[in-house]
Amino acid sequence: MADAKSLFDKIWEQHEVDDDLLYVDLHLVHEVTSPQAFDGLRLSGRKVRRPDKTLATADHNVPTDGTPAARLIADELSRKQVQALERNCDEFGIPLYSLGSARRGIVHVIGPELGATQPGMTIVCGDSHTSTHGAFGALAFGIGTSEVEHVLATQCLVQKRPKTMRISYSGQLGFGVTSKDLILATIGRLGTAGMQGYAVEYSGPAIEGLPMEKRMTICNMTIEGGGRAGMIAPDETTFEYVRGKPGTPQDFDAAVERWRHLPTEGGASFDREIEVDASELSPMVTWGTTPGMVTEVTAHVPDPAAMDSPADREAAERALAYMDLEPGTPITEIPLERIFIGSCTNSRITDLREAASLLDGRKIAPSLRGMVVPGSQQVKAQAEEEGLDEVFRSAGFEWRESGCSACLGMNPDILQPGERCASTSNRNFEGRQGAGGRTHLVSPRMAAAAAIEGRFVDIRNWS
Amino acid sequence: MDAFEIVEGQVAVLDRADVDTDQIIPKQFLKRVERTGFGEFLFYDWFRSGEVELEPHPILVAGRNFGSGSSREHAVWALKDFGFDVVIAPSFSDIFYSNCTKNGLLPVILSEEECRQVAGSGEARVDLDDQTVTCAQGVFRFEVDEQIKHRLVNGLDDVAMTLQRAGKIDEFEQAGRADAGPVTTAL
Repeated sequence: MADAKSLFDKIWEQHEVDDDLLYVDLHLVHEVTSPQAFDGLRLSGRKVRRPDKTLATADHNVPTDGTPAARLIADELSRKQVQALERNCDEFGIPLYSLGSARRGIVHVIGPELGATQPGMTIVCGDSHTSTHGAFGALAFGIGTSEVEHVLATQCLVQKRPKTMRISYSGQLGFGVTSKDLILATIGRLGTAGMQGYAVEYSGPAIEGLPMEKRMTICNMTIEGGGRAGMIAPDETTFEYVRGKPGTPQDFDAAVERWRHLPTEGGASFDREIEVDASELSPMVTWGTTPGMVTEVTAHVPDPAAMDSPADREAAERALAYMDLEPGTPITEIPLERIFIGSCTNSRITDLREAASLLDGRKIAPSLRGMVVPGSQQVKAQAEEEGLDEVFRSAGFEWRESGCSACLGMNPDILQPGERCASTSNRNFEGRQGAGGRTHLVSPRMAAAAAIEGRFVDIRNWS
Repeated sequence: MDAFEIVEGQVAVLDRADVDTDQIIPKQFLKRVERTGFGEFLFYDWFRSGEVELEPHPILVAGRNFGSGSSREHAVWALKDFGFDVVIAPSFSDIFYSNCTKNGLLPVILSEEECRQVAGSGEARVDLDDQTVTCAQGVFRFEVDEQIKHRLVNGLDDVAMTLQRAGKIDEFEQAGRADAGPVTTAL
């Protein structure tokens, strides 16, 4: 069918205002990438066109120690930045969930939990992990601060239509293998620039079988493969997740009827198609300083000398020197000092339940410091209602307030130089979690098991 | 934004792939609420350890997938503030590329081999109007989107340009095409 359309085609065409001008249904704002945009508006005497399509929260640099209000943040620069967000939102009439709000949390966690994220929408935010929202069958991507200003002023974004890619996952994920492993393995295969220039649709039985929070993890990490946006077709799982949330349409059934027309039609064409057998995937662990430097938990730290391209070899040598790892070391023999469970990739209630189920009645290794940072205040409240906080605390973890926390270390939650951390976050770049810190990206289950053993284990045969 | 004219001068070389924006400007410097003053923190950890040294020449040649990771525009502000007007690389991350074009920092995509030749020449001349990079080892043509080129060459404000199309945005909204999603002010 020549005129068959993809999910991406449909959303793009429904939001084209004019040539290369895309209408934005929801603009999410946070404290770090917005102050200069609001300044720009003031300088040119412009207003926010649609405050009713804009939503702000404080997440990136907020402390996770229970500081109840922006004015009480100990770090002066962080305090000023959150206070600037409060002033800006007040001045321009934008709803804000700041410190003290029960709805505050990581921007990519609160959008879905408030039902602000819905199928068929266009969603942008000054944050690269905005791709997360694509899990609902939305077109969502990260933008820079100049674009934040542009969207505030015009509710539109100047945007060239990206190419499209479909990755089809056949089979089902095996026991102990999660959607985090699926996306890490995909990035490992395609490379950190493998999706560059593409809007990517993840499809196939292995994706259809996943609950929403698992789908979000996949779309979230699209940017780590260089992708512009990651998307998953909305289905009954999506509709059930969205149902009853505060932001959902009043006539929900009518909305569901519209959303049913969104999925990619048979015969729709993509610029690139890739197939992956999900049943062959294993738990993954990164060994280097990009998310593409990743291998199976049963494997060994690779030997740069065996790599074909000089560029890869050099990059791997530098990464191993930074990570202080020897080629040939079994992944399961890498000793750990820190465990971080959190971030917009893996801090939702499902992630916490999975980690807690492995930790229940156990203690983390005495040499370790473990930290759990729920994705939002609502996730925190839910977890506490279920008693998960007690499970984590009894095991020896710190139980914190919500925020981006140690994923990017803009607040006091950072690694010390040389510290090695198993992290459920999304980036293992040099210094990402603190200058000199060494990050290994894993799933929440892998992080929990590693916490108990003090090293990585293959959770498929660990008890 | 100033109009982009011809840039001519010495070339600084950063021969690494996948240089992410966390390296270009580490997170502890993202708390500033201004657009200025980021240059002194450029490549903070690498410069401080002596692992990387770069002169503030007008042109930077870098490895593939430059500017990957975080969308922080601070990375572009830091590069520009340090002194670079052009970055040449075999590929850029999408968001970083776009951020460059909003700040008069010209991102130029050349092949790996061409990048090596520009780096080896030590000096180059970048002509946006002509879409060429000229150096001792050759003249290399690069592609750039017509709209981006138009904006850079004329130093135009993106928002002002879109506001000229405000009538189309009004029409779009009035036609009921902008009704998807929540009313955030009523949440």
